[in-house]
Amino acid sequence: MANVHQFEVVVVGAGGAGLMAALYASRGAKTAVISKLYPTRSHTGTAQGGISAALGNYEEDKPEWHTYDTVKGSDYLGDQDAIEFMCEEAIEAVIELEHMGLPFDRTPEGRIAQRPFGGHTNNETGKPVRRAAHAADRTGHMILQTLYQQCLKNKVNFFDEFQILDFLVTDGKTAGVVAVELATGELHTFHAKAVIFATGGHGRIFEVTSNCYAYTGDGLAVLLRQGIPLEDMEFFQFHPTGIFKLGILITEGVRGEGGVLINGVGDRFMTKYAPSVKDLASRDVVSRAIYTEIREGRGVNGKNYIHLDVRPESVNKYAAIDGRTNLDGSAYTITGTQLLAKLPDIIDFCRVYLGVDPVTQMMPIQPTAHYSMGGIPTNKFGEVVIDSNNTPFPGLYAAGECACVSVHGANRLGTNSLLDLVVFGKHAGLKAAEFAQQADYQKLPSNPEAGALFQVEALRTGSGQENAFEINAEMKTIMFDDVGVYRTEKGMKEALEKVWALQERFKHVKVTDTGKIFNTELLSAWELGNMLEVAEVITESALNRQESRGGHSREDYPQRDDKNWLKHTLAWKKDGKVVIDYKPVTITKYQPKARVY
Amino acid sequence: MQVNLKIFRYNPEVDATFHYETYTLESDETDRILDLLEHVKGYHDGTLSFRRSCAHGICGSDAMRINGKNALACKTLVRDVGDHITVEPLLGLKVQKDLIVDMEPFFDNYKKVLPYFINDSPLPADGRERLQSPEERARFDDTTKCILCAACTTSCPSFWAHDDYLGPAALVTAHRFIYDSRDEAAAERMHIVSETSGLARCHTIFNCTMACPRDIQITKAIGELKMTSLTGKLD
Repeated sequence: MANVHQFEVVVVGAGGAGLMAALYASRGAKTAVISKLYPTRSHTGTAQGGISAALGNYEEDKPEWHTYDTVKGSDYLGDQDAIEFMCEEAIEAVIELEHMGLPFDRTPEGRIAQRPFGGHTNNETGKPVRRAAHAADRTGHMILQTLYQQCLKNKVNFFDEFQILDFLVTDGKTAGVVAVELATGELHTFHAKAVIFATGGHGRIFEVTSNCYAYTGDGLAVLLRQGIPLEDMEFFQFHPTGIFKLGILITEGVRGEGGVLINGVGDRFMTKYAPSVKDLASRDVVSRAIYTEIREGRGVNGKNYIHLDVRPESVNKYAAIDGRTNLDGSAYTITGTQLLAKLPDIIDFCRVYLGVDPVTQMMPIQPTAHYSMGGIPTNKFGEVVIDSNNTPFPGLYAAGECACVSVHGANRLGTNSLLDLVVFGKHAGLKAAEFAQQADYQKLPSNPEAGALFQVEALRTGSGQENAFEINAEMKTIMFDDVGVYRTEKGMKEALEKVWALQERFKHVKVTDTGKIFNTELLSAWELGNMLEVAEVITESALNRQESRGGHSREDYPQRDDKNWLKHTLAWKKDGKVVIDYKPVTITKYQPKARVY
Repeated sequence: MQVNLKIFRYNPEVDATFHYETYTLESDETDRILDLLEHVKGYHDGTLSFRRSCAHGICGSDAMRINGKNALACKTLVRDVGDHITVEPLLGLKVQKDLIVDMEPFFDNYKKVLPYFINDSPLPADGRERLQSPEERARFDDTTKCILCAACTTSCPSFWAHDDYLGPAALVTAHRFIYDSRDEAAAERMHIVSETSGLARCHTIFNCTMACPRDIQITKAIGELKMTSLTGKLD
């Protein structure tokens, strides 16, 4: 037990939620951040299109509209008290980011610029509203940079390239975490009063994903092993527009600027599926529409992709058909030069990876695994709650994609992820500091590193009959094909059997690198174990939910079933098996009704 | 197509010095160099170590030398570099293992230029954003794109020669704040970058601009800082 550190609050993960939590926690408590990546490498940096807030910088907008859009987007599974809270906090949150120096684009009057996004509407007219505050198409990058910079300014303690391996519990209360320092292979024990998990998502379990390599569900798996449940894991968002095969995200902002989806026979098909907002319908709706077009033989060249068309002549043509206007009432038009200014990264991605220039050519796209609505159950203060009665676990907090508040319910609206991590990162940080001020340190377990060492030893001493990369590749295919956009009982049962088989095979993986310095093979193998755990929970939760809602679309149960399923799933791992229970959805103002775009 | 991938290898726990290993792989011309490295790690040698995360040129983890030029492994395709590919760690930073270099000196330089927004004046009374015109915002747009991958700094002969040189990336960060109309610490930052270890070490070699995977006009940005250093004017 050579390396023991003591901090009142330890934040695990240094993306937007972790940094925001650290910024606020550090004002009231001795705080450290541990992150397996350098903070600026975190996945928040890849978010493109914007962060939503009813600033109304161009036209009328209200937090209540934002709230309703989010509730509707969630397919009524989001907790409405938390959604109201987030949407009301949104304005202050975005203004605070600006005060921290975030270089938002600007309106001619010098205010923060905003663009339309999927599912963002004027509730009275039903028309799209400009709610997504943006910095070109690198809004996430600017949020990540700005928050990291502010943490440096506020002298937050960082432990960069430290990988969490275990969460320490004493008498049912938080005692700290154990992490490995990648550069040396040394284990470190962080003795803490409060721990905030901000470990991000797990899209890497799917074959085609927009997610980074680091998104392997570490925080979820670590807590699952300590008996903490996971909430609504069956709800995973497939973003409609990923680059064909690669999965790299093409922001919804492209459609916000007027881009349209075109199938293999040249039709703008979204008019069929969402007559009112068309290409700017909610992500789950658009992804299903694309799948349906492909299945019915209208993919491009008979393949499983369609086109996203943002060529100025197309944008201008469809804007005229839709009667889209500028604020002064003139017809909406765009030029190639304007596109380049508004979407520079998207255009760069297409040129580099596809050899396609979006100003003159259409982009081949397919839905890509993008975001987990489910995660570690929390209340709106970021406190982790571990049962149907929302009982908090003392000293444990979570925020960002790894958490399930739940503000996204069954389907997240574009730009609400960045908002989520800023708002709930802040409140988790505040609450953790407040807790730390009145709590004592729990005694550390007598051998705190034991759990971490046990896991690592298992990977070093396996029989070596199995290759981790092959298991990884098989898992991704199974999950994408059978637990993806469309799901059936038969497919998911087979998927579950296969995931179990992979978990068995995983026990025979042996890490060949016996060294300590940057043993990235060991880290990757450990991450694979986490992904297999998470994949199992997702599949079990999805198999259990016999309805279709938001991102969970069952071909054998195609309708939403509020009578039986308007409730959150809670899933534990007990004695090697997934055990499921439920908790009610909080409904305040908006009674569930049919969801039409 | 078949590619020959030659990789710089060094494991301090085993090797007295570095060596190269060559792998022959089946590949598509649209494969990223990162895909090839992943393949080698998965199926040929699990000990091969490199950093990566987003895999599409945004997180800045996987800057390395590819056929002698600094680039991101995830943003370089086989068709960009041909079928004989040599991959080596960045120059000018200590190699820790294989393609992983010690980034601490790089981030230490970043931290020297006050890399954060400073404005201690009262906030707008209406509780809203500080105003900034689109033109004022455009003034520093290019340097906001930096992802701190270190491709620029480690391509700079002046950085190789002078351990104390802040390097292009830190200067890019300084530029991002100095020309932001809302920031109030331009003078302080200009003082820092005008020290011997700053602007004076830039000899306008343009390697940084060539190396930048985000196409930031780095030499131009440094030139603007030099001009401000001479004239005391920000525009």
